[in-house]
Amino acid sequence: MPTRRQFIKTGIAGGLLLAAAAVFQKQLDRMGKQALVAGNPLDPSLRTVVLAVAPVILRGSFPTADADRAAALERITRGVALAVGALSAASQKEVTELFALLALAPTRIAVAGVSASWDQASVADVEGFLRRWQDSRVDLLKSGYQALHDLVLGAWYADPQTWAAIGYPGPPALVQS
Amino acid sequence: MIKDPYQEGIARGWKVVDAARLDTDREDEADVVIVGSGAGGGVSAEILAKSGLRVIVVEEGPLRSTSDFHMRESEAYPALYQESAARKTADKGINILQGRCVGGSTTVNWTSSFRTPPGTLKFWQGLGLADYTQEALLPWFEMVERRLSISPWAVPPNANNEILRTGASKLGIETQIMRRNVNGCWNLGYCGTGCPTNAKQSMLVTTLPAALELGATIYYGLRAERLDLAGDKVTALECVALDAAGIHPQARRVRLRAKHFVLAGGAIGSPALLLRSAAPDPSAQLGRRTFLHPTLVSSALMDAAVDGHAGAPQSLYSDHFLDNLPIDGPLGYKLEAPPLHPVLFATTLQGFGEGHAALMKQFTHAQVLLALLRDGFNAASRGGEVRLREDGTPVLDYPLDDVIWDGARRALLSMAEIQFAAGAKKVYAVHEECSGWDNWAQAKEGIARLPMKALSMRVVSAHVMGGCAMGVDPGRAVVDPRGRHHQLGNLTVADGSLFPTSIGANPQQSVYGIVARNISALAQSLTGKPAAPMA
Repeated sequence: MPTRRQFIKTGIAGGLLLAAAAVFQKQLDRMGKQALVAGNPLDPSLRTVVLAVAPVILRGSFPTADADRAAALERITRGVALAVGALSAASQKEVTELFALLALAPTRIAVAGVSASWDQASVADVEGFLRRWQDSRVDLLKSGYQALHDLVLGAWYADPQTWAAIGYPGPPALVQS
Repeated sequence: MIKDPYQEGIARGWKVVDAARLDTDREDEADVVIVGSGAGGGVSAEILAKSGLRVIVVEEGPLRSTSDFHMRESEAYPALYQESAARKTADKGINILQGRCVGGSTTVNWTSSFRTPPGTLKFWQGLGLADYTQEALLPWFEMVERRLSISPWAVPPNANNEILRTGASKLGIETQIMRRNVNGCWNLGYCGTGCPTNAKQSMLVTTLPAALELGATIYYGLRAERLDLAGDKVTALECVALDAAGIHPQARRVRLRAKHFVLAGGAIGSPALLLRSAAPDPSAQLGRRTFLHPTLVSSALMDAAVDGHAGAPQSLYSDHFLDNLPIDGPLGYKLEAPPLHPVLFATTLQGFGEGHAALMKQFTHAQVLLALLRDGFNAASRGGEVRLREDGTPVLDYPLDDVIWDGARRALLSMAEIQFAAGAKKVYAVHEECSGWDNWAQAKEGIARLPMKALSMRVVSAHVMGGCAMGVDPGRAVVDPRGRHHQLGNLTVADGSLFPTSIGANPQQSVYGIVARNISALAQSLTGKPAAPMA
C-alpha cells in the first residue's frame, strides 16, 4: 500500500504539473505547434531533449568515442523525429506537448526535477529524472517515461547500424531455394 | 521473380483508387459499400462480388503489396499498423498491434488460425445465440480453410516455439501444432512486416484480388467519417481523403451511396464510425464490452542461440491453462511464442541504460513467451469502451483491474516455470521493477511480489474484439445474430466487433467463418439467390 508520504508527494507532483501546464499553456501551445508543422529533427524542443536523454537511455550501446557520438546523436534525433511524425495526429500532439514541457525551463525544473539546462545536465541528473518518472505514482509522468523509452529505443534499433552489436543479421535475402 | 498481384492487376484494369491523389471531390455508387478491407471486409467483398453484386471497399490505410515488403520494422510499422504500431488504450496501459492497410490485420498477422473454440460457442449459446453451434459453423470454417489454405504447420518449429514445447512437456503440459493460413511458406519469420513471397493467404492476396477481378473498386487512404442516416436507413457514407502519409485529413471528400452498407473497420473502428454517425443505440452497448486478450510477456535467456527472428513466428501453442479452469472463472490464458525483431523487442523490454543494453546484446539468445488472457467470460471481466477524441478519432478505455491482474500473475508464473524447465538461465517478467530471476524458486517468489499496476506491468494486445455485440434482443445487443443492425435496416457489421466476448484464441478464423455465413445470408437477401461459395 502507498504510504501517506507518497500520497502527499503524488499530490504535490500532480498539482505542480497542472499548475505548470496552466501557467505556461500559451508558450507550450506555441512550441507544440512549431513542432507539429515540422515533425522534423530541427524542432528545437525535441532536439534539446533527445540530445540529453538518448545517450542515457542508450547507455551501454551508445558509442563512446567523440566522433561516433556526434554522428549517433544526429541519427537518433532524426530517428525520433521520424517516429513522432509517423504517429497518429492525436499521439503527435501529446508527444510534442511532452517535448515542449520538458524543454521549457520552468516546467523542466518543476515537473522533471532537472535544474540544469538539458545541455548542461549531467548523466546523473538525466538518469535521476528518468528513474523518477519510471517509478512515479502519477500515470501521466510514467507514460511520459514510456514515450521517451519507446521513441528512443525504437528509433535506435530500427537503424541497421545497430544490428551487428546485438547479433541480428537483418532480413534474409529473398533467394528462392 | 515473385509476382506482385497489384502491379499486374492494376495494369489489367483493376479499379484501385488512391484517395490522396484525387483532384476533385467524388461521388460513387454500388450495391454494397464495405468499410474496411481486413478479415471481415475481405471475405465480404469476395462473397458479395461472386454473388453478382457491385462492391466498393473503403480502406483508411495505404496499399502496400508484395514488392513493398522488405522485412523491415522501420518501414512496416508506420505504413501497415494502426498508429504506427503504438496504438494505446486511454491510460496507455496496453499497447495494441492492429493492421491499417489494404488487407487490414491479415496483412501483418502471424497466420495463426483457429476455429472458434467449442467452449466459447457454448457460452454464446447461453447468451441466446442459438445457431452458433460447432455443427452449424463447421461448413463455414471448412470453406475458409479450403479458400485460405489453413492447415497444420508441417515444418519443424523454430527454437523459440520449440522451447515452449520442451519446457511444457517436462511439466506434463500439452502443446499443439498451430494451423496457419499459408501456401508455399518460405519459413522466413517476417509475417509481421508483410509477406514478401505471397505465401501468407491474407485478404491482400486472396479475397480482395478475387473481388477486384470481378469489377469491385477499392478506395485506399480514405477515412470513413460518417454514415448519413434517414429514419431506419443509411443513405450514404461520407469519407475524407488522408494525406500521403495517411495521418492528416485533406480537403478532398468522397460520398458513397449503396443499397446496403457493411462495417468491417475492426472492433475499434466500426463502433467509432457508428458513434460519429450518432447511430441509434437503445441497448447502450455500442462501443462497450471491447475485449483484447490482454497479453503478458515473459522473456528468458537461453544457453544456445534461439534466433527468434527466423522461422514461422507461431507454430506451437498450449491451451492447458484455458482448459483447466471454468470458462467464466478466474481468467484462463493461451500460451504462445512471438517473433523477435529488434524494434518490437527493444521497445517492449523494460528499463533503460546498461541493463537494457545488456539484454539487447543477448538478443539472439532471448526466448519469449506470451500469455493471452481470455477476457469477457467472467462476470467481472467487462472489457473496455470505445470513445471518441475531440478530432473524432477513437480511443479505447480498457481499465486494467483485479480480474486481469490475478490472471496476469498466474500467467507469469506458468511462463517462468516452463522457461526454467526448458533450461533458461534467467527469466524476466516484462515489468519495470523486474531485474530478472536465476531459477524457478526465485521467480515464484518474485512474481508473487510484483506490484500489478498499469504502465509498470507491460500488457500488449494483437486482438481487438466486441463493441457491436450480436444478440437477439435489440434492448441488449447492437446487431442481430447475422450482424444486421437492430435499428438500421440496410447496415451489417461484419468483423470482430460482433463478438459478445473475446474468442479465447487468435480470432482471424472466427472472423472469416462467422462473416462468411452472415454475408452469405445477406447476399441471398439482396439477390434472391443462394450466395456463391468462396471455395
